[in-house]
Amino acid sequence: MEVGVNFVGTAPRARSAKASILPLELKGVSFSVAGERLIGEIFCRLESGTRTVILGPNGAGKSLLLRLCHGLLQPSSGEVFWRGADGLDPTRCQAMVFQRPVMLRRSAAANVDYALALRKIPRSERGDIVREVLDQTGLARFAGQAARTLSFGEQQKLALARAWALKPQVLFLDEPTASLDPAATRAVEQIVAAIHAAGTKIIMTTHDLGQARRLADEILFLHKGRLIERGPAERFFTAPETAAARAFISGELLW
Amino acid sequence: MTDFGAAFAAAFRLVVTLDANLVEIVLLSLRVSLGAVAIATLIGMPLGAIVALFRFPGRTGAVVVLNALMGLPPVVVGLIVYLLLSRAGPLGVLGLLFTPTAMVIAQVILVTPIIAALTRQVIDDLWGEYAEQLRSLGAGPAQALPTLLWDGRFTLLIAVLAGFGRASAEVGAVMIVGGNIDHVTRVMTTAIALEVSKGDLALALGLGLILIALSLGINGTAYVLKGAAQWRSV
Ligand SMILES: Nc1ncnc2c1ncn2[C@@H]1O[C@H](COP(=O)(O)OP(=O)(O)OP(=O)(O)O)[C@@H](O)[C@H]1O
Ligand SMILES: [Mg+2]
Repeated sequence: MEVGVNFVGTAPRARSAKASILPLELKGVSFSVAGERLIGEIFCRLESGTRTVILGPNGAGKSLLLRLCHGLLQPSSGEVFWRGADGLDPTRCQAMVFQRPVMLRRSAAANVDYALALRKIPRSERGDIVREVLDQTGLARFAGQAARTLSFGEQQKLALARAWALKPQVLFLDEPTASLDPAATRAVEQIVAAIHAAGTKIIMTTHDLGQARRLADEILFLHKGRLIERGPAERFFTAPETAAARAFISGELLW
Repeated sequence: MTDFGAAFAAAFRLVVTLDANLVEIVLLSLRVSLGAVAIATLIGMPLGAIVALFRFPGRTGAVVVLNALMGLPPVVVGLIVYLLLSRAGPLGVLGLLFTPTAMVIAQVILVTPIIAALTRQVIDDLWGEYAEQLRSLGAGPAQALPTLLWDGRFTLLIAVLAGFGRASAEVGAVMIVGGNIDHVTRVMTTAIALEVSKGDLALALGLGLILIALSLGINGTAYVLKGAAQWRSV
């Protein structure tokens, strides 16, 4: 029986046989600060395999919801439940790319290596994994460069490489392409697609509708902290059910 | 005015002749102060980082005490160490009173709170920026501690320099526990105090100028080294 997130060699797809911590179930999750409810009561269940995109205007609560799911915030009420966890430590099976990723003051390669070391991957295996993910994200030539001297787009790719190196079952991405140029946006979307193709569940936020159309299998539409619409991406974009979603899609939703 | 002219002349004469007494005093000063700062760094940095990163009962009090201890009066510390190390004191058997070791001990007590308090603030700020990212990667406070000390290394240099400033400038503690014994425990500050009491103000001021120059030299070196290292690792 396999336990934890042990790497079998460095093969990126060696994980398929492993038990999944998914589905993720939110059982009436809410989050309040000083009595003000920022996240409504959210009930939903996220299955493995699909790419879930959380859409909503600025301040809708997308980042908060991701943090709650990832375990960085404790819900004020309700529960974030990994139905498949069954003995697995869910926190070790997830990774997150933040809206503003933090790079450590060391080389790009060392940033990836650091994440692997925290997951107790043996030193002898880390070098190969680091090289592999830097290659896959087109960062090989920056391996030795101080991470903080990389451009914003390169840092975003490095954050993806660092997350990918952990071979998470679930990857959370918080607006991974906000303020990137179109080419860098494409590159990041391709990396996300590759990570997904390798078997990782994607849960990401964006307010870029084009990106949502390109990447989403399923949309969660958040408005003022509430999950007001949810469904397959195609249906959401062609036949939105709520007035707010219709307004958002046509670019008219005001906060 | 003539005092200042004479002081520069005295300082100049001492330096160019490489006065043996002066060299001895300068070397002992550096040994005591740098030694104390090194030890205080080893204690103070982890201590400050622990207070910054871990939540424990009485933490707020610990922060206030740490900040307050930055202002420990050197004479009081000297007196306490004196009482501990004197023949009748609990550590009297060690026979450390009036030795450079006693001076180092006193300065470690003076400098550790400075380095710990400044480190706490630096690490606190850094943790605010890093916390979510590190927690997401699976690091708790214990794993974050060495990471943040390393990432804050350029800012933390100022804590070490502040500690060195305190150690090299204080006279009260080293005077009491060292005794200003010629060729044994005489350092720059105690030598200055002695010359002042003897009335040789020019020599005292000359020594003072050399002390300031030393401090400038150490800080300048640190700054240049920092610049060189930072350029490579941002
Ligand atoms: N710690 C906090 N204290 C008080 N209010 C908060 C806190 N964190 C978030 N908020 C508020 O909660 C709301 C949702 O914030 P969140 O960052 O989740 O928005 P978002 O949907 O990610 O927006 P954006 O698209 O701009 O990133 C905002 O109005 C924000 O001001
Ligand atoms: Mg956000």
